[in-house]
Amino acid sequence: MRSTKALPYLLLAPATIFLVVFFLYPFVLVAIDAFTKGGAVTLDNFRTMTSNWKFSETLRNTMLLAAVVVPIQLAMALSMATIVSKLSMGRSAILYIFAIPLGLSDLAAGLIWLTIFEQSGFLNSWLVSLGLIDKPIMFLGYQNKWVIFTAVVLGEVWRATAIMMVILVAGMGLIPKEYYEAAEVFGAPPWKRFTKITLPLLRPSLQTALILRVILAFEVFAVVAALSGTQFPVLMGETYHWQFTLQDRGVAAAFAMLILAISIAFTLLLLYLLRVPREARL
Amino acid sequence: MKKLLKLMTGAALAAALLSGGASAQALFWSTQAKPVEEAQKMRDIVVKGFPGGVDYQPSDDGPWLTRLQAEIQAGKGTIAVLGALHGSFSSMSGDLVDLSGVKLGDVHVNDQYRELAKLGSQEQKYLPWMQATYIMAANKKALEFLPQGADIKALTYNQLVEWAKNMAEKTGSPKFGFPAGPEGLKHRFFQGFLLPSYTKSMVTKFRSPAAESGWAKFKELWQYTNPASTTYAFMQQPLLSEEVWVAFDHVARLADAFNQRPADFVAFPVPAGPAGRGFMPVIAGIGIPKTAPDMAKAKELVAYMMKPETQIATLRATNFFPVVDVKLPDDMPNSVKVSGPAIAAQTGAKDAVPALLPTGLGNLGGKFNQIYNDTFERIILGGQDIRPVLDEQAQALKALISQAKVPCWQPDPMSQGPCPVE
Amino acid sequence: MTAVTNDMPIAPAAVTDARKAGNWLLIACIVLLCVWVLLPIYLLLVNALSSPAQVTGFPKRITPSFDFGSLSFFLNFQGVGKALWNSVVVALLTMVLSIGIGAPAGYALSRFDFPGKQAFRFLVLMTRAFPLPLLALPLAVLFIRTGLDDTAFGLAIVHTTLSLPFAVLITFSLFSGIPVELEEAAWTLGCNRWQAFRKVVLPLALPGIAASAVFAFTISWNEVFAAAVLTIENRTLTAFLLQSINVSPLYLKFAGGAALVVPALIFIFAVRKYLFAMWGIANR
Repeated sequence: MRSTKALPYLLLAPATIFLVVFFLYPFVLVAIDAFTKGGAVTLDNFRTMTSNWKFSETLRNTMLLAAVVVPIQLAMALSMATIVSKLSMGRSAILYIFAIPLGLSDLAAGLIWLTIFEQSGFLNSWLVSLGLIDKPIMFLGYQNKWVIFTAVVLGEVWRATAIMMVILVAGMGLIPKEYYEAAEVFGAPPWKRFTKITLPLLRPSLQTALILRVILAFEVFAVVAALSGTQFPVLMGETYHWQFTLQDRGVAAAFAMLILAISIAFTLLLLYLLRVPREARL
Repeated sequence: MKKLLKLMTGAALAAALLSGGASAQALFWSTQAKPVEEAQKMRDIVVKGFPGGVDYQPSDDGPWLTRLQAEIQAGKGTIAVLGALHGSFSSMSGDLVDLSGVKLGDVHVNDQYRELAKLGSQEQKYLPWMQATYIMAANKKALEFLPQGADIKALTYNQLVEWAKNMAEKTGSPKFGFPAGPEGLKHRFFQGFLLPSYTKSMVTKFRSPAAESGWAKFKELWQYTNPASTTYAFMQQPLLSEEVWVAFDHVARLADAFNQRPADFVAFPVPAGPAGRGFMPVIAGIGIPKTAPDMAKAKELVAYMMKPETQIATLRATNFFPVVDVKLPDDMPNSVKVSGPAIAAQTGAKDAVPALLPTGLGNLGGKFNQIYNDTFERIILGGQDIRPVLDEQAQALKALISQAKVPCWQPDPMSQGPCPVE
Repeated sequence: MTAVTNDMPIAPAAVTDARKAGNWLLIACIVLLCVWVLLPIYLLLVNALSSPAQVTGFPKRITPSFDFGSLSFFLNFQGVGKALWNSVVVALLTMVLSIGIGAPAGYALSRFDFPGKQAFRFLVLMTRAFPLPLLALPLAVLFIRTGLDDTAFGLAIVHTTLSLPFAVLITFSLFSGIPVELEEAAWTLGCNRWQAFRKVVLPLALPGIAASAVFAFTISWNEVFAAAVLTIENRTLTAFLLQSINVSPLYLKFAGGAALVVPALIFIFAVRKYLFAMWGIANR
């Protein structure tokens, strides 16, 4: 293996070249927009961003949504993956059903959940026909911020749990069966087996699933816009608003840099929390 | 499966390499007539007759602007003709070709709009393409709740509030609707309807006591407004589902209700305030970017769009009315038959206060609208006190106007230098 | 490795255990989760197959009236066939590009320690953490200048920047879970590095590669913004239908949504078995 030293670089070269040309180059141009105004280097765009009266609400909403949605999705994705792995029959059918939301765009997902919650929507139709209420309830009114929030959480959990689940299913397939057999011999109950074998050995996949999901959570937009209108501003929505409606590319770029910074901070945190010690690797 | 996938991929690669090669069709890049049915009608009945063919592509503002900016930056383009609202054009004055040389024959275009389309310069930056305005629509079920003595053709804001209150109290849920969603056109309501009706002004009297009472009245109305209004963009939908019975919106965004159930809905003019019946037109224009691939053909297309026949076809397709002198045939869609008289009554009203679209704001247009939207969100949705909000937003407005250095426009009286905010 | 088959029964012990813990509970969970996932999709299809009056009416019925008016509006849309083809071409190209470029990178990250490794991982993650609509402008300028504008290949490149992080990270985590010893064993048996990879590692990593493929395909299939900016003649189905969906009448919204989701579901169905093709490799 004389080429071992060069091999990793050779393997990385295509991806690196690709990303430098098609991501890093445009990214640098946008970053320059964020830190300059009229050709001069300045933090003005960031000041405009943070001094906007909506800014703190926007930031809070985005973080809150991620903090609620991601743990629920993690729990659901783990249960789904475990269930699929336990099945002896119909495994492929069930896995397929669980993966279905992957095929939907977020625009379509927002549309579906809107027709469930809107005043003349399905939820009201059922409640009325079951006789639980006599006239439709307004779920998404601007005064009921918590109902809007709940609806957004449901929509997001429904739409994006499958991403994590598929990664975890693929990862679970690699856990050696002997470990479970050994645990069985020693009489470990199922829960113990899950926490002592599955979770630790699933760590690389868990890390990947969580990082990708958290990053995407900070870019949430379409489902929120469909269900809340302007009532639940999030960072990505404000980015669009500044770029296209207010036509201030500098401030929009500043928002994008903020999203990037938050994502990187959380990625580093997750990398640290779920680090895979070299000696513990299989 | 694997084989099939390989085969497909191979075919895909081959197709990707073989594709390309521009066609001769002129690209019409538009933010208007976006709904799939309208876009289809634009292709089928409006641009079909243009020799050489037209590729009509509507898109959202984001992609529309991004593509246009990219072509201008690259100095090479495929877009022949742009279609957009006045506000979109005003931010790209420098990138548009002067259209004053386009031969329109004996077509007479509305002079006021033509002037507006110069964007404060000497050149014809775009040509007015089609117009619309906002009117009111009501389900006939709502009429029995009209307050005593109210004439639906000459409502006041006070009567509207009373009407909405009656409906809310007697039916048990708020039945008035307003397009305050992210895609809704609410800023034009504040700029061109509410404020002019109370102050006869859009900018100058932004923080006057009269403006304060206008906002207070709207806040009162909001109590009886369907709270889902913050998600509405096109009022035809909640009208059809009967979530709301009475609504204010753009004629084109009410058209579906009139077309689907003409017997169930009525159209009528917007209400009046103490200063009169304020209203504003919506104007869409067509322009040519400097990067257009075939300038002569693009100009021909612009001239084609201005022909009376094309304008009538456009009305059928989009529910936007012609901007040229033309007599409408009798077989127009229901939406036109229903909304036409209401528009005529509104523009011809004795107490009419016509307001013009903002002129000369350049790319500050979005921020100008934002001031009105922020005022709305803070006073109505946020429940903040009216006076301090108006004072603060007036500061922002003042800063913006002095940055743009624009004089006043109708209904504010002409000014020397930047339009003052009193 | 040929002994590892598709339908490897899971250890009998696990089955008895599940029984002990309460098979009913498991079944109840499965049913509940299936309903949770399928119900919204069902509602989409009901609306797509209903008449406009039923879609806007109240109360809503939960069975379709089988009115194909809205769907056939889309199917008769001029150029829909070409747009569908463009979408498939772009999605498949995206898949090939992101796996072809991403999998080697994932393998390198899992097997080697080398200077610059962290920087690379960082670059990959950044790609996904930055809003694409802002990148679209400089990319479009670049594409117009280089002639990549309005080609399936150009759009596939943009979609690949979106899906590459998935491909790199998923294959990385999968390769990390495959014991190095397996490879080393193959080397001692006379395989060279490539042979060992192809015969030993690759089959084990197939689920991860399939997952990356699914992601690449669906990301590309559903992406609207870049598609709307970068394709004119060669519009994809999504750019063609979806971007105007927000402002279209309700019944057409549903029909368009349904028309778009079906091909994506067919694709996932086609690759689903690879997702856990090597389930239970444990018997090493």
